[in-house]
Amino acid sequence: MLLSCVRAVSRRHLALRPRSRTYHASVLPSIVSSASPDFQAKAEAMDNLIASLESELSDARLGGGTKAAERMKGKGKMLPRERLAALLDPHTPFLELSPLAAHEVYPERVPGAGIITGIGRIAGRECVVVVNDATVKGGSYYPLTVKKHLRAQEIAREHGLPCVYLVESGGAALPHQANVFPDKEHFGRIFYNMAQLSALSIPQIAVVHGISVAGGAYVPAMADQTIIVRNQGRIFLAGPPLVKAATGEVVDEETLGGGEMHAGVSGVVDHLAIDDAHAIELARGAVGDLGRAGRRGGEPPETAEAPLYPASELHGIVGTDVRQAFDMRDVIARIVDGSRFREFKRDYGETIVTGFANIHGFPVGIIANNGILFSPSALKATHFIQLCSQRKIPLLFLVNVTGYMVGSKAEQGGIAKDGAKMVRAVACADVPKLTVIVGGSFGAGNYGMCGRAYSPRFLWMWPNAKVSVMGSGQLSQVMTTVSKDPSQHSTLAAEIEKQSTAMYASARLWDDGIIRPVDTRDTVGLGLALAYGSMAESNTERRGGGTTWDGAGRGFGVFRM
Amino acid sequence: MRRAATRPLRALSASIAQHRPFFPITAAITHSLQPHGNLVDRLATRSLATATNALSSSRKPLFDKILIANRGEIACRVIRTAKSLGMKTVAVYSEVDADSLHVSMADEAYCIGPAPSSESYLRMDKIIDIARKSGAQAVHPGYGFLSENARFAQALADAGIVFIGPSAASIISMGSKSESKDIMTAAGVPCVPGYHGPNQADSHLLESASAIGFPVLIKAVMGGGGKGMRIAHSAQEFPDALISARREASKAFGDERVLVEKYIVRPRHVEVQVFGDAFGDVVSLWERDCSVQRRHQKIIEEAPAPGLSEELREDLGRKAVAAAKAVNYLGAGTVEFILDNDTQEFFFMEMNTRLQVEHPVTEMITGLDLVEWQLEVASGNPLPLLQSAIPLRGHAFEARIYAENPRNNFLPDAGVLLHLSAPPPLPASPSPWFTSGQPSAERDSGGASLRIEEGFRAGAHIGVYYDPLIAKLVAHGRDRADALRVLRSALEKYEVVGVSTNVEFLKTLAGNEHFVNAEVETGFIPKHFEELFPPIAPPNPQTLAQAALFVALRDHPLQNLRKGTSGSPWTSLASRRFGGDIYERVVTLHPDTAPGTDDANTPPSVNIHIREATPGRFDVSVHTSDGVVNFAGVSAELTGPTTLSATLDSQKLRTTIVAQAPSATASGQNGERLHIFHDGRKTTLVRPAPAWLTTLAGKVQGAGKGGIRAPMPSLVVDVRVKVGEKVEKGQAVVVLESMKTETVLRADGSGVVRGVGCKKGEMVEEGKELVDIQFDDADN
Repeated sequence: MLLSCVRAVSRRHLALRPRSRTYHASVLPSIVSSASPDFQAKAEAMDNLIASLESELSDARLGGGTKAAERMKGKGKMLPRERLAALLDPHTPFLELSPLAAHEVYPERVPGAGIITGIGRIAGRECVVVVNDATVKGGSYYPLTVKKHLRAQEIAREHGLPCVYLVESGGAALPHQANVFPDKEHFGRIFYNMAQLSALSIPQIAVVHGISVAGGAYVPAMADQTIIVRNQGRIFLAGPPLVKAATGEVVDEETLGGGEMHAGVSGVVDHLAIDDAHAIELARGAVGDLGRAGRRGGEPPETAEAPLYPASELHGIVGTDVRQAFDMRDVIARIVDGSRFREFKRDYGETIVTGFANIHGFPVGIIANNGILFSPSALKATHFIQLCSQRKIPLLFLVNVTGYMVGSKAEQGGIAKDGAKMVRAVACADVPKLTVIVGGSFGAGNYGMCGRAYSPRFLWMWPNAKVSVMGSGQLSQVMTTVSKDPSQHSTLAAEIEKQSTAMYASARLWDDGIIRPVDTRDTVGLGLALAYGSMAESNTERRGGGTTWDGAGRGFGVFRM
Repeated sequence: MRRAATRPLRALSASIAQHRPFFPITAAITHSLQPHGNLVDRLATRSLATATNALSSSRKPLFDKILIANRGEIACRVIRTAKSLGMKTVAVYSEVDADSLHVSMADEAYCIGPAPSSESYLRMDKIIDIARKSGAQAVHPGYGFLSENARFAQALADAGIVFIGPSAASIISMGSKSESKDIMTAAGVPCVPGYHGPNQADSHLLESASAIGFPVLIKAVMGGGGKGMRIAHSAQEFPDALISARREASKAFGDERVLVEKYIVRPRHVEVQVFGDAFGDVVSLWERDCSVQRRHQKIIEEAPAPGLSEELREDLGRKAVAAAKAVNYLGAGTVEFILDNDTQEFFFMEMNTRLQVEHPVTEMITGLDLVEWQLEVASGNPLPLLQSAIPLRGHAFEARIYAENPRNNFLPDAGVLLHLSAPPPLPASPSPWFTSGQPSAERDSGGASLRIEEGFRAGAHIGVYYDPLIAKLVAHGRDRADALRVLRSALEKYEVVGVSTNVEFLKTLAGNEHFVNAEVETGFIPKHFEELFPPIAPPNPQTLAQAALFVALRDHPLQNLRKGTSGSPWTSLASRRFGGDIYERVVTLHPDTAPGTDDANTPPSVNIHIREATPGRFDVSVHTSDGVVNFAGVSAELTGPTTLSATLDSQKLRTTIVAQAPSATASGQNGERLHIFHDGRKTTLVRPAPAWLTTLAGKVQGAGKGGIRAPMPSLVVDVRVKVGEKVEKGQAVVVLESMKTETVLRADGSGVVRGVGCKKGEMVEEGKELVDIQFDDADN
């Protein structure tokens, strides 16, 4: 109690300190000429890219289209996004995940992979929300639907966020069953996760708005607390036709698995709602009663401050051509609080930029690329990651990397060894990591800069971002060396070029969504709040008792690289 | 000598300064404290010249401590004057009034029993006991309750305590209408033709009525305040009216005797304020016009009465003084006349032996403090001023704010005053009248002034046990038009939420052309009914937009963020969406329906869409049946729990909006109410309850259409049916009483009583189902 008082007082001191004086040296000078033709050309290209992104997103938000929506409304149901809006606290943010999932993946349109996932505030606490979109193929699970659902659960597990499932799904999409059903990361994993999450004291709440059949029936059945809508929600392992085929019993859906039956007879559900709105109100109430289960987002230790430079200039700074270099500090200056960046080892390994900043009040260690990774760059990054790991400061990777330096000089300098140090540090860093790919993310650079495989808490891409094993320029050169057939070169090059786009990646859940450059600060801020919430307890120091060092699994501290 | 004579006036002025200063005298005294002291001399001169009575005898001291046997605004009013004179005050209160304003204002307060007045404010024994115990030398009865109770006056006299009012004998004489008329006739005061005799046989009363000529008025002999009063337009109507009058009379006064009088078709209610002292002097403080009435009760009063010739005014005054002298009247009294608008004849109606509700209008035009006069006279001192010295300056109005529903036949309402906000009182500016040094009856008054008589604070409960008067707005101006303007402006700024009030009605009334033209008569409201109750205009888009913004901002996360902190981005990034998605809040509202409106007439709902373009800036579009009205880039914030600051169409607005949660018994049928005070008008909007809540409520209450509900909070006086009993359409089922007014609830159709949800003597909330009737199928 006393301690917390002292802390509060000292925090106030911090707040009252004239910040500009304390940190004036850390304000990034970032003067860009927005009138220059180069800037304007880049800005225009980015504007166009964003316009097409917004148009795709806007289409995706319509789900199965107006006709399907009308049909749903005709039955007295709320649309999936209406349910979502009603579920969230009014006027709170919603961080939607992978809205372009399954974009141009299947022969048929499956907007958002038929499922809406994201993080939003319910009854004052951040929750993962999973909403089946029954306007899209009846809410059935395509392979990417499963993947998106599992990714939401993964985020919930990592951040300790309660899950609310708004269920209306016919279960696995049968034509795709081979890619939906049998494997480890397939349909069954959803229920495995629900059990695991619940065991981790992360509450699972389900609302059954419509049909919830076969595998789908297990979402409400596996949830900790379940609500069903009367004369609308239906839960059964097999529908009437299958029942008739199996046992000869003729039974209607409502008798077989209606709300009244499940609430009053089977006890599969706990609450019977009159309509969608009532069910959502009950779910909000349930979240309000979660007590101390699960985690909440953290509160920033310092007051947020807007950057000094307009975010809109990011368009003209970065542009859309990944081969055109730019100074990542100009990006940082438009993302961090007060454009203040306490740079670490500025004059060493200059192709990587490391330093401390705050975003929306949360301290963060930033690792950003300013060129090819050389040995010193890798060592500097490794050193910095160790610092953040020791200090429990989350890491933000701002990625624009073509890879580690090649060539005999580099190899002789042990680039493989030094790069590996960096990759190891990234893999084992004991703090949450967030990744934003603002340009290219190629080759081993992808690993060092915390690509998807390195489990960043979130990975977002800018619309201009590219992810592939190597840049298209290098690729063509490599192709000419290893292959004799030039016609194949161009097809493969085009293929790889297409597969490297943000849109292609996002459609396949290689990221958590494409974000507009101007949204970066807010998106990262929301992610950091969740990261801090999840760190709340592990933050407490593990102090050893004796003075004799025995390791006790605590590693070696910070190596000076 | 000069000093002695000055004292009462000085005290009087101080008392006025103490409470809401409403008269130039205040300013004069304030000035007198500054070096130019010739003003004080002038005061003294004036007193010397006028208050000769004060000189003729040695002045008796005022009381040290008085008890106020009343509640509400009048108790507060009396306490203020008493305090300003340095008197200690003793309040009495019933159990439900423990936290009321008058209790907190008084130096001492004593509980005298449960809520019903018969067990508290009418308990003479307890009040006298407390007067004794507390050492109060005098009791001020206020108005109503024991103010005109001769037995009380006598009992006090017997106990050696001064009753601030006339003698028991005067009260008895004037309390009985028949006796008072005899006295008046003997004193040469004209009376309305009628039968005031002891023969109470139905047939005899009917004969008398026929002799007088219909229409006739049947009044309780002991009556007052419109209770036990009925009009019979024909011999056919007479028996029913008689029964009804008798029942109310016996209930209100414990005496069912009635009298019958000529009913004047275009009458005005004009009354004269008189004051008598122990030396037999009586003065008139001019007349008031209280013609505009509803349910025979005054609603707006003014002084002087407009359109009277000086001769008529003098004649009225003379007759009133004669009337008071005829009963050796002591203290403040009111002689009520009925003035025939067609012939300008006036007749004595009755004399009220108390300080009246509307006494402030007289104070405004005379600049006198009538309570102080009462205390002077009750102390045995002579009247402070002679008739010739009593000023008449400017014009004053009083509007009574009642908890009632004008659109539902002015039925009283009860409930908690969730919000109460009055305009600041407006002190009068120094007037040439005063500095002229020669006060007279000339109407050269000072500027506008406004006084507010309040009896309750926000949070107080307006119960069903007492008079539903919440406050009085008293406006003064150089002339009638000035005063009316002040009144209208004050009404626009007077905000009440929690109970239905007549404020909106008073605004319409004060702005009505006929009222502005002083075409007042007692039938004013029925005569101009259509104009006074225009169809309720649909709420304008600005009002709807503001109401919706209020709803949105109220649960806006930034609103709850402490100043100076940024909070988590999950709080500070309000309404944030990504990738071109936009958060939109839709608020559904519909105008509140007047009680008694059936569901089919529920006005259509309006959807208001709010998009938060940037934090704190909103694009609002109001979708009404007439189309869409857009307000772009509205900056809006709640600067207080009930204050919305918004810029709509380039107009900066600060609007009071008060949310009222639905009552527990009615939450399914009715959503939350929002009361918006915008553009000088109060608009009440309802956020409809979600469909599921209505369904749930319906399930719980199981109310069919045969359910009879309490139209207002009230006391169940009688339950006339039992479960299983057959009822006919129109049959009386339950009798309710609220604010001493009876309401009979009748069956909507014939059928069988399925359930009875109340019992005699029980208090019921508005909307409570009292009786459930299973209608016969044939009827439906």
